[in-house]
Amino acid sequence: MSESITAHAAHPVHAAHAELGFWRTYVFSKDHKMIGRQFLFLGLVMLVLGGLMAMMMRWELAWPETPVPFTGWISEPTMYEGVIPPQTYNMLFTMHATLMIFFVVMPIMVGCFGNFLIPLMIGARDMAFPTLNMLSFWVGLLAGVVMLAGFFVPGGHAASGWTAYATLSAKAAYTGVDWGQNLWIISLIILGISSLMGSINYITTVVNMRAPGMTYFRLPLVIWSLFITAILLLLALPVLTSALAMLLFDRTLGTSFFLPEGGGQPLLWQHLFWFFGHPEVYILVLPAMGVTSDILSTFSRKPIFGYHAMAFSMIAIAFLSWVVWGHHMFVSGMNPLLGTAFMMSTMVIAVPSAIKTFNWLGTLWGGSIRFTSPMLFALGFVSNFVIGGLSGIFMASTPVDIFIHDTYYIVAHFHYVVAGIIFALFASIYYWFPKMFGRMMNETLGKIHFVLTYIFFNLTFFPMHFLGVGGHMRRIYNPLQYEFLQDLQPINVFITVSALILGASQIPFIVNFFWSLFAGKRAERNPWQANTLEWTAPSPPPHGNFATIPTVYRGPYEYSSPEVAEDWLPQDRPLGREAAVARAH
Amino acid sequence: MLRWLPEDVSTYGREIDYLFYVIYYITGAAFIIVTFLMIVFLIVYREREGRRATYTHGNTALEIAWTVIPAVILVVLSFMSVSTWSKVKAHAPESDFEVQVTAKQFNWEILYPGPDKKLGTQDDLMIENDMHVPVNKVVRIILKSKDVIHSFFLPNLRLKQDAVPGREILVWFEATKPGKYELPCAELCGFGHSGMKGWLFVDTPEDYEKWLKEISSKS
Repeated sequence: MSESITAHAAHPVHAAHAELGFWRTYVFSKDHKMIGRQFLFLGLVMLVLGGLMAMMMRWELAWPETPVPFTGWISEPTMYEGVIPPQTYNMLFTMHATLMIFFVVMPIMVGCFGNFLIPLMIGARDMAFPTLNMLSFWVGLLAGVVMLAGFFVPGGHAASGWTAYATLSAKAAYTGVDWGQNLWIISLIILGISSLMGSINYITTVVNMRAPGMTYFRLPLVIWSLFITAILLLLALPVLTSALAMLLFDRTLGTSFFLPEGGGQPLLWQHLFWFFGHPEVYILVLPAMGVTSDILSTFSRKPIFGYHAMAFSMIAIAFLSWVVWGHHMFVSGMNPLLGTAFMMSTMVIAVPSAIKTFNWLGTLWGGSIRFTSPMLFALGFVSNFVIGGLSGIFMASTPVDIFIHDTYYIVAHFHYVVAGIIFALFASIYYWFPKMFGRMMNETLGKIHFVLTYIFFNLTFFPMHFLGVGGHMRRIYNPLQYEFLQDLQPINVFITVSALILGASQIPFIVNFFWSLFAGKRAERNPWQANTLEWTAPSPPPHGNFATIPTVYRGPYEYSSPEVAEDWLPQDRPLGREAAVARAH
Repeated sequence: MLRWLPEDVSTYGREIDYLFYVIYYITGAAFIIVTFLMIVFLIVYREREGRRATYTHGNTALEIAWTVIPAVILVVLSFMSVSTWSKVKAHAPESDFEVQVTAKQFNWEILYPGPDKKLGTQDDLMIENDMHVPVNKVVRIILKSKDVIHSFFLPNLRLKQDAVPGREILVWFEATKPGKYELPCAELCGFGHSGMKGWLFVDTPEDYEKWLKEISSKS
């Protein structure tokens, strides 16, 4: 550990935060905690936008070609007095997915919590590269501005799906979208640069700046998850960036990487996209698994069940995520033998996911469970992940996938996994809000928010399995155009009503968040009686985080340890011989 | 849930549905076990005065069990899937009934061989969106696309295959029951994607001959 001690010594111990003015404290801040908060606000704004788009789509699917309430002000040709035209519908689902994946889940789970938690939980004063960290946010914000600009160009925003399959995406004539799609590509390239800067920073920080005694196997699982996520990002993003650049060249310079008339191959796009895209799924879900592990252990007052299995299963998922991309392409025209190979690898990746679920159950077993808002949302994540994981086995089986591919079954599956992450996201906000803003959130409002969100999330997404089994295709604008879907329409109406209530169920959260920000009860250092290092710092921690760098004596999950009377034992509290040594210093 | 499955009128659909059911029961059982345990644990192990959580870091035997059991089930499922998959996608049976389907924004162009029963000759017949095939006969389809990726989807035959520009992909099915079945496009293909559909008419041999005469005399 000597190298990490020197790394700390090189840092100014009290990086005089008092002298920093408004701009350098709140706007161009190099403090990892402020950058984390900035990512949080970026993500929450985008969450509202992405959610409203989903509401518009649901309206269209339940009551096709009728005016959507409150949208009469949107001018033609985007909307016709509130009626969504097919082109706009395609734009809505493209941008809903793009915003939710790249501008909500990634900025909040990776950008916000990665930034906020890594230095605090490993016992460091800041990230390894604070300036790069600041740049990462501002480049990310620029990507967001470019992405939103796409809504205002002639021809509308990208409408070829978030997967942007060539050839549809490769020629403006096929969709009628010109600069919308170009800006979409440029924005994602810029966002890739932002994420690369972030991931290099995370990896360097975890490797070099752990506090004395913080060995790899004393790291909280949330740090493991963010560390692995950063490695996946570092390796996956260059592939996406290359593919996006090729697509942009096809569109603007007349190259034909993906266009067959110029000798290109449309399937090449799919291979490149999913080679990035499947690790991306784990980039989204691993941090959610990490925070869930920490929160379940804390509120069960019990060590995490099978810590090493949890860490190794995440490493296994990370490795396997590189060899499963072809399961998105079973009916694409890819060689069927390759389909068989990808089915095998996909079945294998289900195993570490199962291990995680059983270990979470094992953590609850014999616990002393406190039903706080973060705990409820973490349990909600587990419950959704069980459904999303199990429904994935259907499409892993190649013959079954022939039927359910491109149907609502897939939509149900990935919403249980990816939209299910929103439960981990809320759990994280409720859990770390006291540390982040120095005030507690309201528990009653939090519980109301949980109950409503949990019920209406399931009522929204579970019936989508029925639609998929009925053969209901995704990405269709009007299901009533098909005779075989007529009987399924009542399900569509039911889903839409549930989705609208699910949207409204977020109001208690918004109220709670802003009210608590200004008027919540002052938070103490360790309101949840948790073990990890961030709770030994003041709430909120000052610039530099710790008065003195903590020394770590044990793993992060020593709850209800027989060694102490209380049911928690912080990582930095010396006991017995350690205490004697610490006193002697 | 599976009662929503559309009627199956193909020779291989039964095998696909069988796998669907097998996975449905396995995952259903796993779901019930996990959910039941979770609810029981949440009730039994809720925080109560004077009780302390059990201090344990895991149980190796248990962890090995719940790693190995799902792994075995998943491997078995994979092997069960292989034969059906290769039957549907890899080994199209020989047949003298071949049509060419070309997808384009936003129609299916169906090309019949005409009286000489050969594709690519002068007497080929092209019809948009209506596909007639005889019942109980292997139908081989050469699937192409003129512009973007479309997906040839016959829910009642459990068949789906993307049509990729620049490629010719061989697809096959054998319908077992005469009738009229919908043929939607399942891959996003532009603003007219929703509503891009045709009809598959599975005819008795007599009806098929009658239709063929009718259509040949028209052209």
